[in-house]
Amino acid sequence: MSRIVAAMSGGVDSSVAAALLARDAASSGDEVIGVWMRLHPDGGEGYEQSRSCCSPDAADDARRVAQIAGIPFFILNLEREFGTRVIDAFADGYLDGATPNPCQACNQYIKFDELLRRGLAAYGADRVATGHYARVEKAGDRYLLRTAADADKDQTYFLWVLDQDQLAHTVFRLGELIKPEVRRIAADLGLPTAQKPESQEICFVPAGDYRALLAERRGYGGEPGPIVDADGKRVGTHSGYAHYTVGQRHGLGVALGEAVYVREVQPKSNTVVVGRREEVAASQFTVDGRRFVAGEPPAERFTAQVRIRHRAPAVAAEVTLVGDERFVVETAAPVWAPAPGQAAVLYHDDICLGGGRIARSQ
Amino acid sequence: MSVYLDHAATTPLRPEVLEAMQPYLTEHFGNPSSIHGTGRRARLGLDEAREMVARALGAKPREIVFTAGGTEADNLAIKGAAWAASARSRELVASSVEHKAITNSVAIMERFGFRPTWLPVDRYGRVDPADVESAIGEHTSLVSVMYANNEVGTIQPTAEIGAICRRHGALFHVDAVQAAGALALDVDALGADLLSLSAHKVYGPKGVGALFVRQGTAVLAQSSGGSQERQRRAGTENVAGIVGFAVALELAQQERVAEGERLAALRDRLITEMTALPAVALTGHPLERLPNNASFVIEGVEGGDLVAALDLEGIAASTGSACTTGSAEPSHVLLAMGIEPEAAHGSLRLTLGRGNTEEDVRLTVEATRRVLERMRGARERRPEVASV
Repeated sequence: MSRIVAAMSGGVDSSVAAALLARDAASSGDEVIGVWMRLHPDGGEGYEQSRSCCSPDAADDARRVAQIAGIPFFILNLEREFGTRVIDAFADGYLDGATPNPCQACNQYIKFDELLRRGLAAYGADRVATGHYARVEKAGDRYLLRTAADADKDQTYFLWVLDQDQLAHTVFRLGELIKPEVRRIAADLGLPTAQKPESQEICFVPAGDYRALLAERRGYGGEPGPIVDADGKRVGTHSGYAHYTVGQRHGLGVALGEAVYVREVQPKSNTVVVGRREEVAASQFTVDGRRFVAGEPPAERFTAQVRIRHRAPAVAAEVTLVGDERFVVETAAPVWAPAPGQAAVLYHDDICLGGGRIARSQ
Repeated sequence: MSVYLDHAATTPLRPEVLEAMQPYLTEHFGNPSSIHGTGRRARLGLDEAREMVARALGAKPREIVFTAGGTEADNLAIKGAAWAASARSRELVASSVEHKAITNSVAIMERFGFRPTWLPVDRYGRVDPADVESAIGEHTSLVSVMYANNEVGTIQPTAEIGAICRRHGALFHVDAVQAAGALALDVDALGADLLSLSAHKVYGPKGVGALFVRQGTAVLAQSSGGSQERQRRAGTENVAGIVGFAVALELAQQERVAEGERLAALRDRLITEMTALPAVALTGHPLERLPNNASFVIEGVEGGDLVAALDLEGIAASTGSACTTGSAEPSHVLLAMGIEPEAAHGSLRLTLGRGNTEEDVRLTVEATRRVLERMRGARERRPEVASV
């Protein structure tokens, strides 16, 4: 018999994952425990209702689902860990001129580290289950991370950081399902979350405006600086480099007769470099902080498919390891705006090999 | 196996109480304010209940205001008395270990221009009467110090504080929610002008409480409407709940001494055996504490995790206060006692009650030992996750 901690965000996916595991448990003899993670504080008295996964409403929904599924339900407080590992890291990413990846950080440090570890410790659990769309498969003595049956919902882009030990303790109950099935199951089970809309925004950034967060967490108000083109010619003024990300088109206030995009963000000189569409694409870039799901790379040099943002297509590439931390990616065709800080995730078809963080071009 | 050790959070309804309530949920459904016989029958229950509660406190029936619980009684005491005296004085004094029903009521009054003074406590959570003496000024209208603390069980020198308040002409409110059933509730001996009670802490129903308001003490009603409760608390009375409360309180005070001795023996055994476990330390006063309260801080564990783990072992416990569950803020009570925030996160409260036996104590200590070993072992196995 094993004991599974089901992470419940209050959204439809994790609700169905927990409810299905509870149903499976009737025959498997497993025991399922629902846990909602408090990741940031309540808004306080008279707070505005938030739709995000971390609002008190979300806790209520998760509790209701746990009641319907007939499983114990606990609230785990991870405010401190989430604050430093995810929110502060997110702010620091922007201050570093990069595009941070908070969902990946949350998986890496919160769900599959803190929750897993504390789940094992406090609840005597063996495994952590989430509502992610991904699959774990055991092949020989290795665990493979495979893309979800629902290719459109696949979330391996945020899960490539998981290692063998973490995968050994992970359950992705929705990996074989497609989203419409998940919604149907939620409705059939009478879960209050069945009709909940997809969460599109970052849970701790209301309305997608991260500027307020930079000011609040790091005292960054933004100092105006130059927007320059590839030749260094000043073409406009920005409100502070950290307010811009590579690939961004809107909010530049630059009229060059054709669309321009952020090509590079330079924190030291408070400069934003823009370029035409083709100037922002690249067919070679360097990746730092490499990790491989298997624990080691397939070879010193190998072919793979690479994905550089969530739901972007994976494109054919040649990967060459450099030193102990890095690899260089050469894609067959240029890819749109590799953004420093974002993950470059490598695949062999539906197997996620691992990846790293896109480095700033030298 | 299941052991309930969270009687400070709430207690089960006694069968005698349920029996007393039943007629008022069915045949005696009348509104006590009605003129007709059905109303008069309900009024009889209400009046008798008021006499019973008054008797338990050494008070007059007219001095009892029934409320919808201890929190409402605390709110009525603080806000009601502060507003009623506001023309003369706007200074409030309260201990720093009060229940949130008090601290948040005082905080609201601060927004309206009232000035609070928070009394410090020693490392056991006790207020020094000398601090009360120096905190009371010419314009102090109200002093509020709880009889016994809900988290660590420490009993305050209530009568001494009451005498000081009396001498200085300040009103004295006593939150006796946790003390009821464990300590003597004589309002004259305590020197209380206002005293809060809750039914569900003494094996009565939830959603019922009372505020003792000494005759001549003005409180401004916090809910306006009809003239119930001598215009201090409008709204049709919860007759069945009030009847249940009165029976529960009467039984609790009758059995108080004998049951207190039995519980204190169990508590002492629990404290001895728990503090023998590694890194477990007692919180609260070693002697001046409620007979049913055993509370601890445990180094290196998160209280919420430990309570969840104990629940899965069949033991119902608490981190300290049921009302702050899920919050990252460590208990204000433990912080006020000078316990470091990091240590305060590892709080565990075990509160005994009528149903508990020596076997429960044994099972609880065993389960805690098992769970702590597992939690410590897992922490040492912590995998180092490389930074990306």
